[in-house]
This record gives sequence, C-alpha cells and structure tokens, in this order.
Amino acid sequence: MVLPPGTNGTVTSGAPRLALHAISRRYGGLQALDGASLNAAAGEVHALVGENGAGKTTLMKIAFGLETPDSGTMTLDGAPLAPRSPRDAMRAGIGMVQQHFALVDAMTVAENVALGGTGTLDLHATATLITRISADAGLPLDPHARVGTLPLSAQQRLEIVKALARNTHTLILDEPTAVLSPDESRDLLTWARRFADDGGTVILIAHKLREILSIADRITVLRRGRTILETRADATTETALAHAMLGLTPLAVRDKDGRRHTSIALRPTNPIITLRGVTATDENGAERLRDATLGVHAGEILGIAAIEGAGQRELLRVMAGRLTPLRGTATLPASIGWVPEDRHRDAVVLDATLLENLALRGAGSRKGLVAWNTLRGQAAAMMRERDVRAPEPNTTMRQLSGGNQQKFVIGRELADDPRALVVENPTRGLDIRATTSVHDALRAARDAGTAVVVYSSDLDEVLALADRIIVVAGGRTYDVPNDRDLVGRAMLDA
Amino acid sequence: MTRTHAVTRPLLDLLLAGVLAVAVLSALLAISGYSVRDALSALWQGAFSSWSVIASGTLLRATPLLFTGLAVAVAFRAGILNIGAEGQLLLGATAATAMAIAVPASFGLIGTMLALCAGLIAGGAWAFVPALLKVRFGVLEVISTIMLNVVALNVTGLLVRGPLQEPTRTFPQSPLIEQALRLPRLMTGTRLHIGFALAVLLAIGMAWFLHATASGFRLRMTGANSRAASSAGGVDVTRVTVLAFVLSGALAGLGGAVEVTGVTYALYENLSPGYGFTAIAVALLARLNPIAAVGSAIVFGALEAGASAMQREAHVPAGMVGVVEACVILMLLASEWVGERLASTTSWNRGAPPRTPEPSSVSAAPTPPSP
Repeated sequence: MVLPPGTNGTVTSGAPRLALHAISRRYGGLQALDGASLNAAAGEVHALVGENGAGKTTLMKIAFGLETPDSGTMTLDGAPLAPRSPRDAMRAGIGMVQQHFALVDAMTVAENVALGGTGTLDLHATATLITRISADAGLPLDPHARVGTLPLSAQQRLEIVKALARNTHTLILDEPTAVLSPDESRDLLTWARRFADDGGTVILIAHKLREILSIADRITVLRRGRTILETRADATTETALAHAMLGLTPLAVRDKDGRRHTSIALRPTNPIITLRGVTATDENGAERLRDATLGVHAGEILGIAAIEGAGQRELLRVMAGRLTPLRGTATLPASIGWVPEDRHRDAVVLDATLLENLALRGAGSRKGLVAWNTLRGQAAAMMRERDVRAPEPNTTMRQLSGGNQQKFVIGRELADDPRALVVENPTRGLDIRATTSVHDALRAARDAGTAVVVYSSDLDEVLALADRIIVVAGGRTYDVPNDRDLVGRAMLDA
Repeated sequence: MTRTHAVTRPLLDLLLAGVLAVAVLSALLAISGYSVRDALSALWQGAFSSWSVIASGTLLRATPLLFTGLAVAVAFRAGILNIGAEGQLLLGATAATAMAIAVPASFGLIGTMLALCAGLIAGGAWAFVPALLKVRFGVLEVISTIMLNVVALNVTGLLVRGPLQEPTRTFPQSPLIEQALRLPRLMTGTRLHIGFALAVLLAIGMAWFLHATASGFRLRMTGANSRAASSAGGVDVTRVTVLAFVLSGALAGLGGAVEVTGVTYALYENLSPGYGFTAIAVALLARLNPIAAVGSAIVFGALEAGASAMQREAHVPAGMVGVVEACVILMLLASEWVGERLASTTSWNRGAPPRTPEPSSVSAAPTPPSP
C-alpha cells in the first residue's frame, strides 16, 4: 500500500458490517479489480473514490451480487457473504442504487416498490408502507405517481425507499449526486448521514472530493483495481485524496496558476479547428459544455483530460462535426476523422465486410454507384499500411480482434487525409501491442500535419500522447501545462 | 458470412425447406388419418404436373408473394419490420382498380401502366404513414403496420360496397376491368401474366440496387447499424428509413395492382389470402436476398397451388399447408441458430465476440397465417 505522507492509513477495529477482501475480477484483457478490499462499519458513511475505470462500480456490483468475483472473500457482520444475484444480496440486507435506475417508467411508485416482492400483491398496503417510510426518512414521494413522470431526484428517492422497504441496512449509492442539483445533493447527503447515525451503513461512490470530505466518515481509494488508501475522512485532505486517486507525486502542493481558461493561441498559421464560445447539450438537452473557446493547430496532438461527464463528450463531438453547438461557432475543416469510444456501436458495422466498413466513410454524400473495385484496392492497401490482420477485404468485421478493428477504424478515418482527427478513448479494451500501434498511428498523423485531438479516461495516456493539454471540468475548458499534478488537480477541482 | 455464403446458403435453404415441408406434411397427414400418398400426389399434381399447371398454378400464386416478399425483404434490410405488406397490397389493388375503371378502355396498355402506377403510389403512400409515425414519434412499426392492415382491409370493404361497387349493386366487388386494360399473358394458353416477369425483373433490380448503388448501400448499413451509419458514414438515417419504408410499401402496392389487373380483374374484400403475411416467410426463407426471394416465392406458390389441389382431390383441408409453411419457417430459424453455433466453433478467430442476431433472424417474426 502506497500512502502519501501526511495521511493516516488507519483500519477500523471490530468486525465491520461489510468486509470485502482481496477481490479480483477480470474482463477479457482487462483486470478490473486486482485484489481490492473495502471495510465499511455499521453507522458509517463510507466513501469509495477513484478515477474512471478504477473499479469502484465493479467492486460494488460484486457486493450486490450483480457480478461474481474471480477470487477474494466477502463477509457481512462476520458471516461469509457470496450473493449470486441481487436477490441474495437484498435478502442479506444490502441494497444498491445504480447510476441507471432499475425502475419501470410505466408503473406507479407503489407498483415499482411491490415489484420483486413475494406473496399476494396489495398495492394499498404498499402505498401505506411507502408513505410511512418516506415520512420517516424525510424522502417525500407520492406512491401513486407514475415513475416516468417523476424527475430524476424523485426516482432516486424511490430507489432508496425501495431498498428501505426491504429492510436494507447497507445501502450502496453509485454516484448519486451526478443527477442532482446542489440543493438536492445536500438533501440526499443529509439523509445519508441520518441513515448512518441510526445504525445503517452507506457506501457512496463519488467523484467530488469536497463533498466526500464533508459527509464521509471513512474513505477508500481505488486505483487501477487496487485499494490504495483507506483512511478516516478527518485524517486526510483533498490534495492527499487526489494524489492517491491519480497516483500523483506527493510534493504537488501548488497554487492554481496551472489552470486558466482556454483561448485561441496565436500562431503563424490559423488553427484547423476553431471553437468560439461554444455551448453544447447532451441528448437529454442538459448543457454539458459551456462557452468553450479554443483552437487546434496542424501538426499538434491536443490532449483532453477530464473526469466522466465533465463535458468532454460534447466537446469532442462538436470538434468532430457530429454535434451542432447550441450557441457559439465551430469552424471545422471539410473532412475530419472521428474515432468514437464505442467502436461496435458508433464506428463499425460488425456484420458487414471490411470493404463495406471502409465504404461507410462518406456514405452519406456518395452518389450513384459504389465503386467496389476501386474501394477493394484501397481497402487492401490501407490494411497493409495499417497492419490490419485479416485474410481479405471481404472478411466480416466481427471476425477481427478489437485491436485490428481499431487499427482499421483509424486507418479508415485517415484514408482521405483529413485535416483533423478526433479520437475518444482510442485504446480502451486493447492489449499493449495494439495500444502501441494505435499510439504510433496518432503520432504519425500528427507528424504528417494533421490536427489531432485525443481524449482518454486514462490520464497517463493523455499525458504521454499530448503536445498540449486542456482540461474539461464542470463544462469549462482550461489550459493546463503538461504536468501530471496540475492536470490532475484541474480535473478534480470542478 | 462471406460473399459465397450469401449466395449458396439461401439455395441450400430452399432445398432444405422443400424437404422439410414434405416431411412435416407427411407426418401431419399420417397423424390426421389421410392417405399420405394420395395427398402428396395431389399436391404435386396441383403444383408441378405440367407446364400449364406450373404457370397457371405455382408461378401465378408466386407472383404476389414475390412482390410482397421483396417489399418485406427491402424493409427488413433497412431495419424496418414492415408487417403491413398486406394492407399496402390491398390499397395498391384498390387504387389500381379505381384507375382502371376511370380510364377509357381505349387507353389500352397505357391505361394498364397508369393503373400499376396508381397501385405503386398508393402502397407507398400507405407505408409513409407508419414511416412518419416511426421517425417522428417513435411508434413501433410492427404495431402501426398491423393496425393499418385492418384499416386498409376495411377501407377496401367500404369502397367495394360504395363508390367502387359494380353497377348492379348486388355483390361487394368492383366492376370487371376492361379486357384492354388487363395485363397481357406471358404464356399463351395459361393464366400466367406479364406481372411475373415484372416481379422477377424487380428482384434482379433490387439485388443490383442493394449491392451496387450508394443509396442501396446506405439502406443496408442503416439496417445493420444505424448509429454507425450516422456517426461514421454521415448517413441521414431518418431519410433512409422513410425512403426504404415507402419503397417497401410501393412494391407491395404494385403487387396488389398486378393482382387485380392480371388475375382477378376486379377488386373485392378478400382479394388477398394473406399474401402480405406469407411474404414475411418468403423474405425470411430467402434470408432477405432478393434473388433468392424468387425461389422462395415459388416454393410457397407451389405449396399454395398444391394445397388447393389437395383439398379438391384428396379432401385434405388447405389449412394443413399453412401449418406446414409455419413449421418450415420455424425450422429454418432454428437451423440458422444451429448454423451460427457451428460457424462460431470453426471460426479461425476464436476471440471474436458472440454474434448478436442480425435482422434476418428477428425472433419476433410472425409465422404466416393459414391461407
């Protein structure tokens, strides 16, 4: 365990309510959890923090029976715990409110609570129960309201009441404040405090360090699937937590001069991509990116660092010409390469051939006939150049490994020599060799004069690739020197 | 699936379907106490006994199935589950009849063409309704097209008792279409009309359209993964969806127009014994391949032509054949699943993720109703 100096790695005394020990879980090539542990006592609000992909949600899904660990042990009040389904976990008193609520929109609040119960259905009794629980807990809910019509905050209260109706004593909340306004967040955290004071256990997966320090009794920090730090909240600081989360060097006590709003840098040449005062919304119409002004120049890799949901998703899509800004102007070249993070959903057609996947680029504006013979030659040449290992252009995309698929996508997006290339988590799920070749391809594009924009949820990848870095935090963009500590602080200090 | 598979597999499927159909039918006949030999013999006689029977029976029955089968196939290829070919066919037939009654007989073939165009447009327009509901309001096309089938059926029923009723006002049907406005025969001495050739040409044209043209490519990619088509290809998937839906409806509508101008010469309520539903089976059996659809339409055409003969000669209810058709489709879907399993174990890349079903294996595909 690597503990930054000045923090106190105390461990609780007595048998904890929920103890997870040396939990490991592997998904294909990804070691999501690598001997992680967590000890949460009764009567405590326990915060679980870490970077994106650190394994927080996976660890909690294991405790809730949604996933099974490859190895490791779990105990509940000292007794062995091995839930094979959420049903087992709920019977043992563990509840979980996931980021995506498990509710039936078309049903009423009472029906949702009754759902998954046993015996006869008595909606009247359920409604009475809900009224009582929500009054006791201070979580206002109308049992007869249809769930689809409720705001997210009320749906979240419903998830909590649903857990309480099943006599839950240990409640896991996965990033509960992400969907809430500041006032609603305060109410929720107040409730969590009360629940713990009454002897319950709350495990809170969270990002916002200030919020965590104000509410949690103890904190567990995960990094790359391992428990890096277990500490009392009053024995640590925001900086120490940030260091533990991101693996920063301990001497990084610096002031905020590392963070200033982005602007369009003056260069001898005009930028390839220029955004002026761009505000953009997500699919639900929520403003995610606010007033972004920046330029990307030819022959540079602009690295983007951000925690999940900070607005980078919208920023990347605006720069790739896939999202029209709500306000502001985006000046983009005619041809932009775009490598989205969800390859199977957004970048390739798995049941089509490689040839057809190559033809996909520009399909929207193609007229007349498809020149398959010309394309076949181009596909073969591109596959050779990009080292895409496939028997022939008529191979189905699905037959390729993830690394070869990604090499293909990057090759395709660069095939018509676009002036800009925007990539999002380009090496997610790839092995080391494939990762290296993707990185080489991005650098080669930069060297050939393309303006390259790279976002990765792995900060080290951004730092390794970028010539220049901007941080997106709370929907704003900041210029930050290429320095791990400064970037990490700017990301978290939203 | 490689290119060669795309051609050979549907052919093997057709063969398999024929064998399965005979096997299932024999078992059903034996269980129900009919003479298997007599019944199968009647079925064969009714479908294939002579060139004249093939033309006037099998191919004649296959024609509307091919039009609607192509309609369903092109929709499914675009990711649209158009269950409304029945209604689109009926309205196509209605519009064609109205046009054929309206134009003077002296127009001759030009009048026939006008009637076919009316059917084409009416079918497309009728499909435009669920298309709009789908892209504007997210209404599931499976539901809307099934409902619109009922509407179309009743509209037809209303018209043949009202404005389109024959002059004596006794029968719920339209007056007969003038001889000069009917579709010419393809083979003299048989009932087979030129509509069959038109359908086969359309199948070839459709295969060419899907494979060679940019629009056809957009349609296929939208059906295979609309998000990637939009994100990586810049395809306007809403536009493609609406156009594919209208194209599908137009084909079914043309099928209806061909049926009234080529076979029935009049419009009546029960014009279609469920062609639009059997079309789903035709399309699925052809694995949504337009060329293979010619073969599968003929297989189903033969079954339906043979069924009538079987009822006449061996007194076996024709509904038995409907049961067989449904069984064949179920077995083919099962064989597809088995085939996937076999393919994945022999694949050279074992790291490949498991296949998700492609639109052709939509498990919600309804079985055809008994005609």
